[in-house]
Amino acid sequence: MALTKADLVEAVMQTSGLTKAQCVDIVDSILSIVKDRLAAGEDVLISGFGKFQIQDKDARRGRNPATGSDLMLRPRKVVTFKYSGKLKKMVNGG
Amino acid sequence: MNRSDLINALKEKANLSRKDSEKIVDTFFQTITDTLASGERVEIRGFGSFTVKKYKPYTGRNPKTGVQIRVPAKKLPFFKVGKELKEMVDLEEDE
Repeated sequence: MALTKADLVEAVMQTSGLTKAQCVDIVDSILSIVKDRLAAGEDVLISGFGKFQIQDKDARRGRNPATGSDLMLRPRKVVTFKYSGKLKKMVNGG
Repeated sequence: MNRSDLINALKEKANLSRKDSEKIVDTFFQTITDTLASGERVEIRGFGSFTVKKYKPYTGRNPKTGVQIRVPAKKLPFFKVGKELKEMVDLEEDE
């Protein structure tokens, strides 16, 4: 079973003592703040966790795998995540 | 934006004290970290999912010196961006 937003809401309820409705808003707020910054092209660095970065990808020649026809892919922006040393250490047993 | 900026932005947005905002931001990322450390995945709809990939040990080589090194088995965290976030950062503009 994967951890979902509902579990994060639960964890925030436990530490904050706030109501469920408030914690739902808070978790949504955290996510929308991070998303908005990334959408604005800004990197988001959470020390001890990792860094969400925007990377610019150049236009490139691609291929439609179904038809095999050539096409040009436009330049685009993608989100990448670089884990911090601490997070890496934690997933390897601390 | 860094952790401190996020704490301040959440404080404003959710009308919290600085102390509560900090505690909540720490809980948020600590919960994700603990889940990944336990080997479980994290799926946040509209944002993305975090998984842990396992790597087997292998014998590598320092490309500079040519010295063989034993690389032990390891696990690394990965993030796959969700559809909504992916589209938010890469709005296709009308040309």
